[in-house]
Amino acid sequence: MITTTGLTKVYQSRGRDITALDGVDLHVREGEVYGVIGQSGAGKSSLIRCVNLLERPTTGTVTVDGVDLTALAGRGRRAGKDLRRARSRIGMVFQHFNLLSSRTVQDNVELPLEILGVSGKERSRKALDLLDLVGLADKAKAHPAQLSGGQKQRVGIARALAGDPKVLLSDEATSALDPETTRSILQLLRDLNQQLGLTVLLITHEMDVVKTVCDSAALMRKGRIVESGTVGELLATPGSQLAAELFPVTGDASGPEHTVIDVTFHGEAATQPVVSQLARTYNIDISILGAAMDTVAGKQIGRMRIELPGRYEDNVVPVGFLREQGLQVDVVDDSRATALVKEGAK
Amino acid sequence: MTWSEMQPLLSQGTYDSLYMVLWATVVTIGLGLPLGVLLVLTDKGGLLQNRPVNKVIGVIVNIGRSLPFIILLIALIPFTTWFVGTFIGPSAMIVPLSIGAIPFFARLVETSVREVDHGLVEAVQSMGGGIPTIVWKVLLPQALPSLVSAITTTVITLVSYSALAGAVGGGGLGSVAITYGYQRFETNFMLITVAVLIAIVTVVQLLGDGVVRLIARRGRTS
Repeated sequence: MITTTGLTKVYQSRGRDITALDGVDLHVREGEVYGVIGQSGAGKSSLIRCVNLLERPTTGTVTVDGVDLTALAGRGRRAGKDLRRARSRIGMVFQHFNLLSSRTVQDNVELPLEILGVSGKERSRKALDLLDLVGLADKAKAHPAQLSGGQKQRVGIARALAGDPKVLLSDEATSALDPETTRSILQLLRDLNQQLGLTVLLITHEMDVVKTVCDSAALMRKGRIVESGTVGELLATPGSQLAAELFPVTGDASGPEHTVIDVTFHGEAATQPVVSQLARTYNIDISILGAAMDTVAGKQIGRMRIELPGRYEDNVVPVGFLREQGLQVDVVDDSRATALVKEGAK
Repeated sequence: MTWSEMQPLLSQGTYDSLYMVLWATVVTIGLGLPLGVLLVLTDKGGLLQNRPVNKVIGVIVNIGRSLPFIILLIALIPFTTWFVGTFIGPSAMIVPLSIGAIPFFARLVETSVREVDHGLVEAVQSMGGGIPTIVWKVLLPQALPSLVSAITTTVITLVSYSALAGAVGGGGLGSVAITYGYQRFETNFMLITVAVLIAIVTVVQLLGDGVVRLIARRGRTS
């Protein structure tokens, strides 16, 4: 639904070039919620602005719903008619809502329809429908200044949906909201994604957002995407930073002569008594350093950090046993051991 | 001078002053507003970034603002004569008054429009809005309270300019004050003229503030 290839963006600042995007290939499938996460300055903001060409990429192409937007760009800084038409089919919500204080809630939602040239009666009907959809039917005549942050963002979402978009871009839409409001806005995005089949591309610096709503995620660093995939794939990737952050377990080794491993359970493996089987089969003492169960992308997942006595070399067989049970095993904090694991995996 | 002698002179003077100021305000807004918006749009990083145009407008505006009004008034006599047919009287004065106030107002408009949050512009662009939409539906409505203040300040400046116009035969309260109060040493008459000018300025300021409050109140109370 959204594809970018070789996207780069270079800014000129006081005669120096600053590379915000350094060859980004992004692929968002139709109907999924895709989260791009990274720290500030990683290039997330530039990326999402390049998708609807609010910022023109230096090189590379952007295709949304089969239309190559970069080819529509037109000359200079001004957006041509075709590009403006294409933008009206891509909704966008912003961190600071960007509602016009000079207009009522309803008039704010009608604004995109005015731009599309929809007649007054139709505009008002559509705006009221959308406000109903986001649960703000009673606030139509209010002004944005009278609303709470969460309500403002609902208006922002209703406005973004006015042009019947297939794609919704969300630029840190929940970053200015408290945790509870964040959850309700994410729930709304999820509902819209499922009810309307809306494809959502969101950028965020909060891992919780990815965990709550995203089907797929990408990690950005210094203008590049360093990891990407569906949440399931990421969790199944040994050494995935995103997986580790999505689902952190902590705990340090009690001494040098011990091996610390992270065991990830998904699917039916989660119900097997593996730890006691391991202890009985190899007659070893296992300490549990940390453990967590959670739902990620709608799936039950468990993670456990355990410690086995002896160095990694002494524990190759028990680790192999765990792998045989269909578990994902990552050895923690030992570069030599990690290298061995990778060899073993081959 | 008795009150019955002064009264018709004062009414005529007040009428002429208000007439000049009103029409000069209309012309100033009509030309100064687009100029101010253009200053923002053509500026570096603006939607219609255009260095040469921006520089030219900027220089013209600065020249207009740095000339003392009385000099501008005299310098414009040939132009006013050519444009209106005469340079005497309130109608002719509308020309120099407007030309004097347009650069001033354009700078005020520029400041007001520049203060509009860029995020709003971006939001409208993301909906597919073009530059006319951005100007008419975002920049001007959002800057409205500040624009009304700018108009108030401009009208008050025009009132003081119009008093100066009396010095070159422009009519209005300025003429009355100079002819009777200054040249004939009618101190009382001078004081009354000043009082009327103060009253006009006060009323304009109160009106302007009232409108700003009215607009700013939208959204804060239900």
